[in-house]
Amino acid sequence: MRTGVFTATDNPLRDPRDRRLPKIAGPCSLVIFGVTGDLARKKLMPAVYDLANRGLLPPGFALVGFARRDWADQDFAQIVHDSVREHARTPFREDVWQELCKGIRFVAGDFSEEGAFDQLSQVVLDLDRVRGTRGNHAFYLSIPPKFFGDVVQQLKRSGLSVSQEGAWRRVVIEKPFGHDLHSARDLNATINEVFPSGTVFRIDHYLGKETVQNLLALRFANTMFEPIWNSNYVDHVQITMAEDIGIGGRAGYYDGIGAARDVIQNHLLQLLALTAMEEPLSFLAKDVRVEKEKVLTALTLPRNLDLHTSRGQYAAGWQGGVQVPGFLEEDGISPTSTTETFAAVKFGVDTRRWAGVPFYLRTGKRLGRRVTELAIVFKRAPHLPFNATDTEELGQNAIVIRIQPDEGITMRFGSKVPGTQMEVRDVNMDFAYGDSFTESSPEAYERLILDVLLGDPPLFPRHEEVELGWKVLDPVLEHWAEQGHPDQYESGTWGPASSHAMLARDGRAWRRP
Amino acid sequence: MSVRLEDTTASDVGMAIAAERFRQGSSAVGRVLTLVIVADEATHADAVRAAAEAAREHPCRILTAIPRHERGPARLDAEITVGGADGLGELAELRLRGPLSHHVSSVVLPLLVPDAPVVVWWPGSAPDDVSSDPVGRLAQRRITDAGAASRPMRSLDARRSAYAAGDTDLAWTRITPWRALVASALDEPFEKVLGASVSAQRNNPSAVLLAGWMQWGLGLPVDVHVSRGPGITGVVMHTGRGDISISRPDGRVARMVRPGFPNREAALQRRSIEALIAEELRRLDPDEIYGETLEVLPRLAVWGAHGEHRDSTRDAAKAAAAKAATKSAAATQPAARARTAPPSRRGSGS
Repeated sequence: MRTGVFTATDNPLRDPRDRRLPKIAGPCSLVIFGVTGDLARKKLMPAVYDLANRGLLPPGFALVGFARRDWADQDFAQIVHDSVREHARTPFREDVWQELCKGIRFVAGDFSEEGAFDQLSQVVLDLDRVRGTRGNHAFYLSIPPKFFGDVVQQLKRSGLSVSQEGAWRRVVIEKPFGHDLHSARDLNATINEVFPSGTVFRIDHYLGKETVQNLLALRFANTMFEPIWNSNYVDHVQITMAEDIGIGGRAGYYDGIGAARDVIQNHLLQLLALTAMEEPLSFLAKDVRVEKEKVLTALTLPRNLDLHTSRGQYAAGWQGGVQVPGFLEEDGISPTSTTETFAAVKFGVDTRRWAGVPFYLRTGKRLGRRVTELAIVFKRAPHLPFNATDTEELGQNAIVIRIQPDEGITMRFGSKVPGTQMEVRDVNMDFAYGDSFTESSPEAYERLILDVLLGDPPLFPRHEEVELGWKVLDPVLEHWAEQGHPDQYESGTWGPASSHAMLARDGRAWRRP
Repeated sequence: MSVRLEDTTASDVGMAIAAERFRQGSSAVGRVLTLVIVADEATHADAVRAAAEAAREHPCRILTAIPRHERGPARLDAEITVGGADGLGELAELRLRGPLSHHVSSVVLPLLVPDAPVVVWWPGSAPDDVSSDPVGRLAQRRITDAGAASRPMRSLDARRSAYAAGDTDLAWTRITPWRALVASALDEPFEKVLGASVSAQRNNPSAVLLAGWMQWGLGLPVDVHVSRGPGITGVVMHTGRGDISISRPDGRVARMVRPGFPNREAALQRRSIEALIAEELRRLDPDEIYGETLEVLPRLAVWGAHGEHRDSTRDAAKAAAAKAATKSAAATQPAARARTAPPSRRGSGS
């Protein structure tokens, strides 16, 4: 008979069949650097509250803020309170808030200030003692990457990066993970010097979205899609992430980065990988990652990048009824900036499944409307037993996976127009899992923060994927750097003429999302 | 928005729903299941409100059957609401009068969404054997509520003796947050659990299920002590290194006490019926753990006249030992090694 101390794997109350029972994170704290930022206020702190409200945070959970502000704990608590009140997804409950509030701490300081980190170290020790966080602490770097080096070095110096036996320290970072292959490797080296790769969580919040996970269910849980999910039937794939807003107050971050680095390198290449990958052996993180990495390795660029890529900057115009300035007129942007706010690139996937099927990726700011979707566009039927005039209005069949705003799936196919004549026209069939899906489904950050605290990595890209993304995108960025100014496009339209020409050259056209 | 049909038939009701859908311009909204509520005039309104709220997460067709066992000819009256104020769901309220009140399934069957799963919910009293009830037979999942029954313990006993895969009870759903917290206590390093108990208000079927579930997992008898409530007020697990206790005296905030660590608190609210139904609709496959927990429960008699858990130790120990034996036989259970331990301890003690 076994005696002594048992651990979580021996927990006699857990049973894999008991799927009703949620996993609550173990005792821990979350330390957020950069709590004054937009992301922290609008997403992270509300997500922490929502998790607490759903009973998924451990008793005694602590939230520590770190920023260059002269605040006491209760000032920070007030900031959290306001952001929760304004942005939380679930209703505000005083009991939940009171409990969360007891674990809120604040440390004021600079990212390179030794004294501040010593103080943080003390706060964390206190939490172990007072709140019972047992030495488990996650550090969320919601700060510009140029400060990562300072912060991780300080975490190391102050002893915060190492834990005693049986406890963990984790670090969470947000994109951009570098601005090219070289800098991505440097960044990774900086972080790995202090935190081993298993403890680094890279957040790509798109991967936490329900629909992205549903993409895997759609492909691999069904029989009716996978047989046609290849070059025999698929004509091409379009992946679009469009925003209707401009750069807003992010000039400092955005200038010199641009749309391709900001969005294509991470979100869109991840979506491409999930769309194109082979069936993983299982949905364990390592198995999915192997398949994604195979796709990213197989990516190719067209030989002539002038003809098959496009970049643009939004010009002044009218966006949805509001007059807006052009990119070069925005505050903080140099009038001679060559940073692109629209990027479109054609990729190929060199595998048997996808040979000859182009993947068109585009993203931009100040486009027609806010939408993220991926569209699988099918080949036309090889023979149509109708008169040519009957099928004039028939386009190509498509499966469109809408990721936001109204998450769901659309199928597009031909149907007879009611009447005595034979006339076939394209129709849409929509599926949305609940009309108010967004309200009741967990926000991506909730899922991701909980996964960090549980140490469950399936939804986080690894360093290898980040590098592969840069490897394939770097030639495009280098090519563009030699080309002078991007094309201008009027705000509120679907991008520059060159992007439409790019598809027209292949005899195709962008969908209007 | 509402359409009333008097002295009608199921097929007319079906056509009216379709017509109303079409009129509102949304003929192909994803309805993922049919929820049938069998209620009486006193309970149906609250149940429908809760179900409509849950439908925000699980778009469904909600059929409320209200059998009125009264004299007079058979007659069906229906009221249909499609869309509603917030544009969600399809509701049909069906009143079955006269002899028809004994044939609810004949009205419900033609109105089920094709192919989609069917869930039946009895918000008040339910038949003793729900899986062989004509309406229950239509469903993949049958939801009862021992807590809402006039005699909760008797109702729980009926669930226990007639359990079939697909049955579930809101008294069980209510304890999910408790179970999560108790299970999480053993996610941290722990010493072998030597005994445990649950305290709760008198006549609380959820407390009996919580104790039963702990007994199922820990393989040792778990007593229920009567407290003043509200609901379940605490769980204690005795270990070699002291007691791990979770107490919730006010029905709002739980405090976890564990030797060698500071006391930790977390909000642990009693949940609304909407939240319970939404949780039930999330999973439609049989809840084996609920079934196995019911198996562990002793017979009604041992709870005594006041529903107290009295003198049940021997029955419970027998059931637990039997269960532990089946567990260790099924060597596929990852936790089986921990579970085989307690019976031998008890064996030497008794």
